[in-house]
Amino acid sequence: MTLHTPGSATPATAAARLIYHKPDVLLDRSTHYCPGCGHGIVHRLLAEVLTELDLPAHTIAVAPVGCAVFAYDYLNVDFVEAPHGRAPAVATGIRRVRPEAFVLTYQGDGDLAAIGTAEIVHAAARGERITAIFVNNGIYGMTGGQMAPTTLLGQRTTSSPNGRDAALMGYPIRITEMLAQLPGVAYAARGTVADVPAIGRLKAMIKRACQIQLNSGGFAIVEALSNCPVGWGMTPLQSLEHLKGPVVDAYPLGVIVDRGLGADTHPAAGTACPAPSHPEA
Amino acid sequence: MEHSVVFSGFGGQGLLFTGQALARAAIKDGLEVFWIPSYGPEMRGGTASCTVIVGDSPIGSPVVDRFDAAVVMNLPSLRKFAPRVAGDGLLVMNASLLGDETSGRSDVRELHLACTALAAQGGDDKLVSVVALGALVARLGWVTPESVRAALREMAGHKRLANEDRWRVVEADLGAFAAGLDAGAIDAAT
Amino acid sequence: MKTEREIGVGDGRTEAELEAGRRSRVLMKGNEAIAEAAIQAGCDAYFGYPITPQAELLEWMARRMLELGRVFVQAESELGAINMALGAAATGARVMVSSSSPGISLMAEAMSYMAGSGTPMVLVNIMRAGPGLGGIGPSQSDYFQATKGHGHGDYRVPVLAPASIGEAMELLASSFEMAERYRTPVMLVADGILGQAMEPVDLRFRTPERHAFDWALTGAAGRPARIIKSIDLDPEVLEKRNLDLQHKYREIARHEVRWEAWQLDDAEFAIVAYGTAARVARTAITRARERGIKVGLFRPITLWPFPERELARLSRRLGGILTVELSSGQMVEDVRLAVEGRCPVAFHGRMGGLVPTPDEVLGALKALSGHHAHTPPPRVRGYEATELFEPDYPAHSGARRGGRR
Repeated sequence: MTLHTPGSATPATAAARLIYHKPDVLLDRSTHYCPGCGHGIVHRLLAEVLTELDLPAHTIAVAPVGCAVFAYDYLNVDFVEAPHGRAPAVATGIRRVRPEAFVLTYQGDGDLAAIGTAEIVHAAARGERITAIFVNNGIYGMTGGQMAPTTLLGQRTTSSPNGRDAALMGYPIRITEMLAQLPGVAYAARGTVADVPAIGRLKAMIKRACQIQLNSGGFAIVEALSNCPVGWGMTPLQSLEHLKGPVVDAYPLGVIVDRGLGADTHPAAGTACPAPSHPEA
Repeated sequence: MEHSVVFSGFGGQGLLFTGQALARAAIKDGLEVFWIPSYGPEMRGGTASCTVIVGDSPIGSPVVDRFDAAVVMNLPSLRKFAPRVAGDGLLVMNASLLGDETSGRSDVRELHLACTALAAQGGDDKLVSVVALGALVARLGWVTPESVRAALREMAGHKRLANEDRWRVVEADLGAFAAGLDAGAIDAAT
Repeated sequence: MKTEREIGVGDGRTEAELEAGRRSRVLMKGNEAIAEAAIQAGCDAYFGYPITPQAELLEWMARRMLELGRVFVQAESELGAINMALGAAATGARVMVSSSSPGISLMAEAMSYMAGSGTPMVLVNIMRAGPGLGGIGPSQSDYFQATKGHGHGDYRVPVLAPASIGEAMELLASSFEMAERYRTPVMLVADGILGQAMEPVDLRFRTPERHAFDWALTGAAGRPARIIKSIDLDPEVLEKRNLDLQHKYREIARHEVRWEAWQLDDAEFAIVAYGTAARVARTAITRARERGIKVGLFRPITLWPFPERELARLSRRLGGILTVELSSGQMVEDVRLAVEGRCPVAFHGRMGGLVPTPDEVLGALKALSGHHAHTPPPRVRGYEATELFEPDYPAHSGARRGGRR
């Protein structure tokens, strides 16, 4: 692009430097997500990482059931729809017959941590070379804000109207920590979309999880703590404050396990689970 | 033409193996054949049985209401299958375990064989069912002894054994079969 | 009498080829033969979970698929297995899953998704007796499940029912072809006897041709991204998707109906039975003919699409039909729908893993023919939902046609 500067003797020929643009893989559509929802941010980060690693043409992604059910309307890669919770099994099938493909799952917390527990645990246990993006907003958003396994104690939802009571409804599940115990898991980390610095760190985690797959590292999962203003009954700003406060307190941020990039570490020789390291600290 | 036989006894007496040897021999003789084991909880309870149906056209019912022959290697098998042998059918009985037991039926032919002793003559006293097969073939002639011998060689060849062990197993199988064949023929002549 | 080759499963092989096949037969267990047939038919990936009475199928695949460098995964559950199949099939791979009745129930969800999204796959059900955990004995009590209502939604799945191990192998190759041609899951159902029994089979096999799929997910390099899905929240669009499916099912019904007709030329009565029940019926028919009862066998090979036109035509000249099943009477409902009261339809079945003996079936046949001759029917052991209903118009003769429609 040539800039014509009024009043100068010669036209300025210095090219404008493009410092920020929408990745092509992110389709130019308005999403169905509610105002203030974090899913759009995670989609964006994923699109940036896929582009930076030159992956869109090699990617086969698995869409969940839940708010992200239409992920394929926003990300321009091959997509298959999985039944509720079964994305890790579907991804396993793809992985095994398409060793050259980049295989990605995108699931919410109801999908991954409730109905799909068996599938995620066993895909992780087998060390399937897939990258799992796990968006945790502590609620069933699409069906109208019911309690999820990740809902905080005391949190009111449409199916826990008096707040989640541990005696009746049990405790929130930290499933990413559970998965990190498994030697087949090369990488497990938790980030959040709560503010701009955290979004930067979340992107680094997603990128690492993708690079691990490319380097035959094994199963990689990134949990993104996200908000649900509508389901939580808050304004978007309130929901972000809530996210940074009680949600992050219940689900500590950081890399939970990183067993390395390469095939030589898979399945990981050491089975002990390292203590969570906090890049923020 | 369709003939049916049930092999029944304790697990470990080689009944399923022997039924398969008969089935393989039938194929070698150009016949149709169907082999079905009793499967399920029964197969863990210590008794084992299989049914073999041999015919010259595609086999019909896999469920047999009247057996043309029964090989019974222990008392529960005698009690269970003796009533289900067709009139004028053959009952091959393992006298080594059954002693003087009889079916109590006057309309079937009973063949009492000291299977353990006969198997020992052949080289391995465990091969009691192969002895019974020999007698069955001698009596009924559904398949040729040559085909049974070929089947026995083939089946031992399938086992995960060192070559010399395999040869020893084949020799013992063939010995037991020969002993049964002789015993069946002698008994038939008397 | 029709030979086995005239019934539409010979796939055009010459008599010489068939004779050579008969000479090269080996003895194989049903479960293992089905697994090997899938391998010979070019199955790229198998996913399974242990369950009796089909565990040997999984075990055979575990050994052979790895030997051949193909994909085998023992999944964490039947849910895991069929969803792995969904993923692999979405990329265009030739995929098979097998289980037995309770496991098939768990697979209903993904079957519905695959039907809705047009994902081809072959699913084998070695049926055992239910309901619930039931037992492991042979059964045909999953007929409704297979043909009418496996998962949710308006969909159908072609269902093939072999009566012998050799036929199971041939039908398996056809299943892959059908699945890929119509982009649909296909089921092969056999009772536990066919899984556990051994019969001579011909291992020289025809591998169905492979086609490039313009829908398979391979990565969107140099082409627009592809999406395999069943969801459409716009009712108009979803109805269109359903209408397309119904069109597909009419095509399948037009081209894929298979059945066997045996000894029906001069028959006054017919037994309608499939799978193992049809073999029991053959023996019973032989005995009935020795006693002067003119009866033949009509054996559906495709349970869906059901050979209703052929059966309807046949029923016009019959004095009665006996349906025999290893169930409380499921297929008999389709028989009655096809017959539309043109002749009496009786039923005889056993449940819980029991199989009717030929004499039992003979007794039911005598009851049917005796009833027809207005003599009191003898009592028959077993479950009868006979409800003999007499049409108020006489049965009359019509032309019979065998073979593939």
